[in-house]
Amino acid sequence: MTARIPPPPTDEPPILPAAFAGWFAGRGWTPRPHQIALLDHARAGRSALLIAPTGAGKTLAGFLPTLVRLTAEKAAAAGRIGGRAPARTGIRTLYISPLKALAVDVARNLGTPVLEMGLPITVETRTGDTPVHKRRRQKLAPPDILLTTPEQLALLISARDADRFFSDLDEVVLDELHALVTSKRGDLLSLGLARLRRLAPGLRFTGLSATVADPDGLREWLGGVTTPAELVTVAGGAKPNISILDTEERIPWAGHSARHALADVYALIKAHKTTLVFVNTRSQAEMLFHALWTINDDTLPIALHHGSLDREQRRRVEAAMAENRLKAVVCTSTLDLGIDWGDVDLVVHVGAPKGASRLAQRIGRANHRLDEPSKAVLVPANRFEVLECRAAVDGNYLGAQDTPPLKAGALDVLAQHVLGMACARAFEADALYGEVTSAWPYRELDRATFDRVVDFVATGGYALRAYERYAKIRRGQDGMWRVTNPQVAQQYRLNVGTIIEAPLLKVRLIGKKGAVGRGGRVLGEIEEYFIETLAPGDSFLFAGEVVQLEGVRETEAFVSRAQSDEPKIPSYAGGKFPLSTYLAAEVRAMLADPSRWPSLPPQVGEWLAMQRLKSVLPSRDEMLVETFRRGDRFYLVAYPFEGRLAHQTLGMLLTRRLDRLGLKPVGFVATDYAISVWGLEDMGRAFAAGRPTLGALFDADMLGDDLEEWLAESYLMKRTFRACALIAGLVERRHPGKEKSGRQVTVSTDLVYDVLREHEPDHILMRATWEDASRTLLDVGRLADMLSRVRGRIVHKRLERISPLAVPILLEIGREAVSGAADETILAESAEDLIEEAMG
Amino acid sequence: MNVAAAAMGGTERSGGAPAGLASARVGGVIVELHPSGALWLSATRTLVVADLHFEKASSFARFGQLLPPYDTAITLSRLEAVVAALAPDRVVALGDSFHDRGGAARLSAADLSRLSALVGGREWLWVTGNHDPEISDHLGGARAADVEIGGLVLRHEPSATFVEGEVCGHLHPALTVVGRGRGVRRRCFATDGHRLVLPAFGSLAGGLDLFDQAFARVLSRARTVAHLIGSERLYRIPLTAARGR
Repeated sequence: MTARIPPPPTDEPPILPAAFAGWFAGRGWTPRPHQIALLDHARAGRSALLIAPTGAGKTLAGFLPTLVRLTAEKAAAAGRIGGRAPARTGIRTLYISPLKALAVDVARNLGTPVLEMGLPITVETRTGDTPVHKRRRQKLAPPDILLTTPEQLALLISARDADRFFSDLDEVVLDELHALVTSKRGDLLSLGLARLRRLAPGLRFTGLSATVADPDGLREWLGGVTTPAELVTVAGGAKPNISILDTEERIPWAGHSARHALADVYALIKAHKTTLVFVNTRSQAEMLFHALWTINDDTLPIALHHGSLDREQRRRVEAAMAENRLKAVVCTSTLDLGIDWGDVDLVVHVGAPKGASRLAQRIGRANHRLDEPSKAVLVPANRFEVLECRAAVDGNYLGAQDTPPLKAGALDVLAQHVLGMACARAFEADALYGEVTSAWPYRELDRATFDRVVDFVATGGYALRAYERYAKIRRGQDGMWRVTNPQVAQQYRLNVGTIIEAPLLKVRLIGKKGAVGRGGRVLGEIEEYFIETLAPGDSFLFAGEVVQLEGVRETEAFVSRAQSDEPKIPSYAGGKFPLSTYLAAEVRAMLADPSRWPSLPPQVGEWLAMQRLKSVLPSRDEMLVETFRRGDRFYLVAYPFEGRLAHQTLGMLLTRRLDRLGLKPVGFVATDYAISVWGLEDMGRAFAAGRPTLGALFDADMLGDDLEEWLAESYLMKRTFRACALIAGLVERRHPGKEKSGRQVTVSTDLVYDVLREHEPDHILMRATWEDASRTLLDVGRLADMLSRVRGRIVHKRLERISPLAVPILLEIGREAVSGAADETILAESAEDLIEEAMG
Repeated sequence: MNVAAAAMGGTERSGGAPAGLASARVGGVIVELHPSGALWLSATRTLVVADLHFEKASSFARFGQLLPPYDTAITLSRLEAVVAALAPDRVVALGDSFHDRGGAARLSAADLSRLSALVGGREWLWVTGNHDPEISDHLGGARAADVEIGGLVLRHEPSATFVEGEVCGHLHPALTVVGRGRGVRRRCFATDGHRLVLPAFGSLAGGLDLFDQAFARVLSRARTVAHLIGSERLYRIPLTAARGR
């Protein structure tokens, strides 16, 4: 290869071959600077990270170096020996995307330049849907470019022929990298890339990513700590046109339905060509879709899309969308990533976006072209969400980003990878340790932990050495670890991957008098956790209909069409994503600064002004704690603004502590913004008397023993353990040739958890579970940051009655628990009382 | 029925029933249910435990799922505790005492000696089940496919045809109760007044929802009452007040 020649500062790209330049010109395009920069880095053999907004032509940019290089090589070879390329045994370029649909999409898009320029390059996809015969053929006659997913990569490198298959590999292109790296899939991917580096020295990586908070971290993740990938950035195209819905209606104090804005949203849909309506949860999607159809007098083609729907139904919606046959689609995060949609000219976001970068990503779905501004309208569902939307809009204009930080790699994922590597070929522990720690997430993994993981893979890693004879991998005389029998590899292949679906139940529609347990049309799948909160007779929205639960049998939920149009079980949870740290800080700043209030709707400004009058508005670094009495209960309301997860954890810990202090707490409720605890004793008086002081109550030492104790018995831990046990291969999702005959023969991970907790609480998988839960479910890190932030800055306000700011959270009480229709009426009535009390 | 109950009444332990016991009527006989998941027949001082599933973890380990090898020890501890609390003259292990045929051979030395002490300390009857059709002689105790005690018929698997006063295991009943927006699932005793299904006693034995079809041929759904196992007591819940899970 020739020495690197820096591109001269002209418009003429010397690095782009004439055929390609001609193709660009033929389409009326000029190669963009970032495309040239990537070609340049590729020629010099350097890995590169391209950060660009949607619509910047990322994918083509990512593949250009490969297309140019392969074309040149094939031309040279053709000139040499009678038009035949030299024999090779493996693929040249690997492309990895988080979605198989995206891989298929990219294959199609890549087909255009390959076909039009007549390039002698083969492109194929390999996903879970690829038929066996095609997979086999791909191994025998590999394409030049293979497009696949992280799970398929794990399978490919665990195969016995991995050495051969990847020996010719020059380049790996990673799409939507920002979406992959912060999850366990990202951990698995990083380990897979570490293996590829070993199989194909000199391998180059090209990462394609949306804007992230920490590009340097991502550069290291991609290129390695010592040789971070080169950064190529595309300035954000046209500034999106984002507004907050201007409505005549009264903005609700609490809730997530956004029903008040229904007519406005409908009018927006009517006025645009195609609208994507994003919401945060499946149930919100159902709710909104159903409500829109009740006022759809023009019978506009409005569709529904979320992950729980039957796959066929989703495909039909996607197809209709691509053909521009739909006026609007109500959707959840299933449409967050990648795929190109027809002519979307408006994105409506119902509910607060919870994070500015998620909002940017979703808005990027409109007008998938860089030069035209995207148009988006935010529809806050309640008053706090108005503040959040405002903060998100300001954040977007500021270009501030709040993508989650990179994190240390999960041990359960490492366990899966270790077994996979043993399946590929015998390994030596020292060498594998070196390879694993070359992956960014595992760079700080200590040797002792690595050895414990290997021991876990081999015999379960128990203090009681009971399973030597059942070992899955065993170290031979030569010091090499090998799988003990071929079934181990077979089992590994059946259970590969880190995506653990929440347990799902199939939803079947039966007649009113239909027999539960027999037949019925499948409507889709629903989380078991949700169904567990319902009693037979409870109605809820699913697949756009109001249905009533008739019963559950094994893995199927049976429902019938409900009589009423009003589902009994509301969409109670705010959403699965907690408020981001960045937005939380923005909301606190906005509360503290009345000069920013004029940008808010007048009713919201009034609400804040009233709060200042009746209670107090904390400055941006203070935390307000209000105490007051209502009826025969005493309330404490704190406003940390740290997101629902951290607040739930705080609520659990505060309740324990107040209980020990004899203040008799009865319950608590947490939202993204605040937490309220109520009890039988006057907490305000106790705090005023310093028994305890608020400083002591909110002391960070609650994160010690209290947390351990509570966690040990929490169902959240069991839920996390389940995922870790499945990923680590302790419990199988699928077993070769063995069909589950009923629920009694499956191993309950809850029981396994109880056994481990009793006998070996320090087991490596318990450690993995704890790390996982404290980070994701409990947000312990964020809670710790908050407690230290407010230390010495807690403002206590004892009130005669409820404050305006406290109304929303008190309205959530009872919403959390499932209650009957009568309760709903009572709730609505008392809601009005609360508001009068606070504002009067 | 009152006559039968009165006849049993005279043999109660002096000082009344131990704490935590709940009573139920099965085929006209009053029986007592222990929060450990064991059945207590005070008239004959007989303790009945079903589905111990000893060595379930090692059974899975043979096929690559290396579950924690502590399940037998935990089940033994629970059994020792209830034996110590009630001091039975006789223990009936109501089938599926071992998870598979090879289970007894896989017992660790420590677990085997604990089990032997239990079996040797009183009259012990192994009722055979589908997982353990044969129980090795070295474990001691007697063996039977079923047994009649105090007007009740005890067997592992419920009979295909109706048998008044039948007590069995095999089905691992469990039930989910809903409250505060989420479900709590527990093992339970289940009876319709005619037959009684015991919960699985083994620490790793799973549960089958009481709404499952398998129960429909054993118990009358309308009359089924579940006694859910709490941490220290049982909770009585009629099935009509619960929900399918």
